[in-house]
Amino acid sequence: MKPAPFEYIRAESVLQAQEWLAADPEARVIAGGQTLMPMLAMRLVRPTRVIDIAGIAGLDEIAVTAELVTFGAMVRQVTVERSAAVAQALPLLAKAIRYVGHPPTRRRGTIGGSVANADPAAEIALVAVTLGAEVLTTADGFSARDFFLAPMTTALPAGAMVTGLRFPRVTAARRGTGFAEVAMRQGDYAMAAAACELVLGAGGEVASLRIGIGGATPVPVLLDLAEPTREAIAAALAPLEMMHDPNAGAGYRRRAALALAMQALDEAQREVMA
Amino acid sequence: MKLVLNVNGSDRMLELEDRTSLLDALRDGVGLKGTHAGCEHGVCGTCTVLLDGEAVRSCLMLAAQAEGHAVTTIEGVTPGPGELSIVQDSFVETHGMQCGYCTPGMVLTAIALLRDNPAPTRDEIVEAISGNLCRCTGYGQIVEAIALAAERLQRSNTP
Repeated sequence: MKPAPFEYIRAESVLQAQEWLAADPEARVIAGGQTLMPMLAMRLVRPTRVIDIAGIAGLDEIAVTAELVTFGAMVRQVTVERSAAVAQALPLLAKAIRYVGHPPTRRRGTIGGSVANADPAAEIALVAVTLGAEVLTTADGFSARDFFLAPMTTALPAGAMVTGLRFPRVTAARRGTGFAEVAMRQGDYAMAAAACELVLGAGGEVASLRIGIGGATPVPVLLDLAEPTREAIAAALAPLEMMHDPNAGAGYRRRAALALAMQALDEAQREVMA
Repeated sequence: MKLVLNVNGSDRMLELEDRTSLLDALRDGVGLKGTHAGCEHGVCGTCTVLLDGEAVRSCLMLAAQAEGHAVTTIEGVTPGPGELSIVQDSFVETHGMQCGYCTPGMVLTAIALLRDNPAPTRDEIVEAISGNLCRCTGYGQIVEAIALAAERLQRSNTP
């Protein structure tokens, strides 16, 4: 038994979870537990209470409308992976989800847990920032770009919880997406990752180009790009702070981010031309 | 806390500390030692069990989170005492193990894969077991074992 002692309680509604969180600043929410359980085992966190939100009705639903795709916080990653509606409406997320951990961790891991924990290597957070998603919470909604502040640190106010993630939906016919990452082994934490969505207008001109970088930087970053070139991507990466550890230094991560961004862009371009 | 876990088809009443993982509950509460404890933080995959038929890591779940679900451990996959399932038998025949520590996790991961995908390609087998570490075999014979099991399951009349 590795975690420090805590009390386990099951919330039956978002309101109840919110009350418990507000009453005890040391309480933590558990959704799928694929990030929290290792942190508990290593005693990186020592909560007083662990509030299970798996039983809250309605938190595990995916809603697709003409303009939005909304995921409840308890939507399992495997549900996203197997959803034909997601593959059609959010192809970039469908590609990225296969890089999230391993099949058994995707079976338990959730959309909300990934967002709330804000691991810098999290693919779901990277796609959220890249596509301009909104993080839904019991307090305000946050644009994903403003939500992730630092590794494992978000703008979520004390006593609040993440309830979902909402993506704008692009319905343009000519859209291509690409995703690429490098890790020590398949399913391990990304040392660098890149996500790209390219939308062409009716005349074949670039209507929108989004390239996001994750894993390399402390939080996912949407690159500020004027044009889809290697030079523009390198220039956008130059001012960014890169993380470093004994396996991957900052210089390596910057070079990897550039190479992966080019791969993701190339994949998106080939897809849009096909 | 008191809870009821459904393990290999029978309900077990347990009294556990809230912080108990499903892994510890199975080994020390239920007394089934076939689920191996490796890293105990989600890296090695040896503690893999089936939750409602799908592979999950039992060290990354609280026992309480498994209440209301069907848990299957390696002890629950054999057709009867002293017998082996087709997947286990294939591991024996291809010698898909050396020390055997990763084997329960590998077998359960393979069972979950073959239930969803009865005829996986080599790449699909490799992807399925990518979350399970083996430090002996180099994986060659494990991949072979799962391919052999797939072939046999397709020809067999029993699940």
